[in-house]
Amino acid sequence: MNEPANGHSSSAIEARGVTKTFGTGDSSVAALKGVDLDVRFGELTMIVGPSGCGKTTFLSVLCGTMKFDGGSVQLFGRDLAGMRDAEVTAFRGKNVGFIFQQFNLIPTWNAVENASVPLLLAGASRQTAETAAQRLLDEVGIGQKRRAYPSELSGGQQQRVAIARALVHEPRLIICDEPTASLDAASGHHVLELLQKIACRPDRCVIVVTHDSRIFSFADRIAEMEDGQVKAVHGRGEYHAQYV
Amino acid sequence: MLRLALKLLYGDRAKYAMLVGGLTFCSLLMAQQISVFCGLMRWTTATLRNIQVPVWVADAKVEQVNEVVAMRDIEVDRVKSLPGVEWAVPLYWGILNARLSDGSFQAVQLTGLDTATLVGRPGKMLAGRVEDLRLPNAVIVDQIGVKKFKAKGIALQIGSTFEINDKEARVVGLCESAQSFLGQPYVFTTYDRALEYAPPQRKRLSFVLVQPKPGVSAEAVVQSVRAIPGLTAFTADDFFYRTIAWYMKNTGIPFSFGTVVVLGIVVGIAIAGQTFYLFVHENLRFMAALKAMGARTSTLAGMVFLQAFAVGLAGYGLGVGAAAMFGFGVLKAGEPPFYMPWQVPVFTGAIILFICALSGAIGLVKIIRAEPAVVFK
Repeated sequence: MNEPANGHSSSAIEARGVTKTFGTGDSSVAALKGVDLDVRFGELTMIVGPSGCGKTTFLSVLCGTMKFDGGSVQLFGRDLAGMRDAEVTAFRGKNVGFIFQQFNLIPTWNAVENASVPLLLAGASRQTAETAAQRLLDEVGIGQKRRAYPSELSGGQQQRVAIARALVHEPRLIICDEPTASLDAASGHHVLELLQKIACRPDRCVIVVTHDSRIFSFADRIAEMEDGQVKAVHGRGEYHAQYV
Repeated sequence: MLRLALKLLYGDRAKYAMLVGGLTFCSLLMAQQISVFCGLMRWTTATLRNIQVPVWVADAKVEQVNEVVAMRDIEVDRVKSLPGVEWAVPLYWGILNARLSDGSFQAVQLTGLDTATLVGRPGKMLAGRVEDLRLPNAVIVDQIGVKKFKAKGIALQIGSTFEINDKEARVVGLCESAQSFLGQPYVFTTYDRALEYAPPQRKRLSFVLVQPKPGVSAEAVVQSVRAIPGLTAFTADDFFYRTIAWYMKNTGIPFSFGTVVVLGIVVGIAIAGQTFYLFVHENLRFMAALKAMGARTSTLAGMVFLQAFAVGLAGYGLGVGAAAMFGFGVLKAGEPPFYMPWQVPVFTGAIILFICALSGAIGLVKIIRAEPAVVFK
């Protein structure tokens, strides 16, 4: 599991015994009850399971947007628990790209402005950021819509802008939260094809949280969660063959 | 990111208009009301601005320029005898009734200037010569008098006559003078003739006007005068501010205007604060997304405060501009109590800055408190 690959450990993320409880006392809810998971470089890992099983909480913990109570998370060799908030933010800004269910494109910014945000946040000049964003928009197939605002784009096109935004700063981890939930089957399929084509590289890993069984076939591995724990991890095609 | 922050702000036109509108209203209310207040307070000092001398001597009980406690004429000589005094001349000032040719009355501020020197003479003559005040029964009336007489159907001009205390006053000149708080016109004449017009009293000297010797400060002369029992003295500046302070302390004017100004601030805070809070609240998801993507708190603070101050600047500019336009319009139409010294826009700007900083801080706290993980919900 720890073989070197492309200068990195083959495990990009190592989560061990991660726990997270919301609330206190009688009203507390244990969302994660000791989750273990390895996420490997070069793979598209899906986290699946019923609503309320802790998928999104676990995803939030893995990418450093939520603090956890116990256990450890090693993200590219760095212990998240040992980092200060500002360090986590800077680390996330450099290493993580996000694709959200609701796209979260800022409605008053056009496609190229939305896609250039991570680079601008990293301190790049407007020209550098927009050139890189344009290249990514071309790559995801909506380069001609660079000046279009989110309201002028279809759901599939908006998600492609979101993909461009997630990749523009060359992050090592791509986090996708229900990326196809707001899309029709064809658009969803196309988005996953794009992700597989341009996001999956040996020096990068992609984590997708989804309910959408139509896209399970794109996963290299599927972590099946239930009641705050990873119940099983399936290899390519295993889960699909077993459950779908 | 700052450019995009402004784009985010300007993109929501309805909210932007509401924010700017609230701050415009707040700025307008503050700048206009404070300017009217300053104009009113300035009116109280009209006599001081019409008669420009460095030192004013008055009875020891006098607190402000519109309050006269008459002195004996001998006080002029006592003041003249002080070392450091270049010259000292008497001034009569009192409100008397003028009877017009049609029998109607008009209250006037009779100002008697030293007969020999005419110290305190009107600064700007509109018609006639100041020196003609030495002619028999001569008076000079200001532009307010011309208007007031005209309103009563009398076209005042050189040669016109009216009566003060049954004695003839013949107009030898028309002048421009500052509008006074009570609104009565200034009628200038010589000191000796003013005493003839004035009702008989044992003491009739209103003020002694003093010029210090070269190299002697006005303050030094003031101190010398105050050493004389029964007299006090003020520099022109000191008398100006004491007069304003007296009106602020002894009338309900500051309370009335202060209430409106405070209301303006409260309305500004309420509208701008609430609308900005709503604006931040509606964009919280996007701000959380930026946080998730690595936006530092300082970046988000820069964005939020830039948005708040951009709105403030627009509202401030429009509000103060509208107040200035109002002033310009009414000043053109007449002599309203409107005066906008540089302190008014600065004060208004400071309040708007405070409102924006407060609104921005409230919005920022909400953003800081939002967990970036909210974007997954």
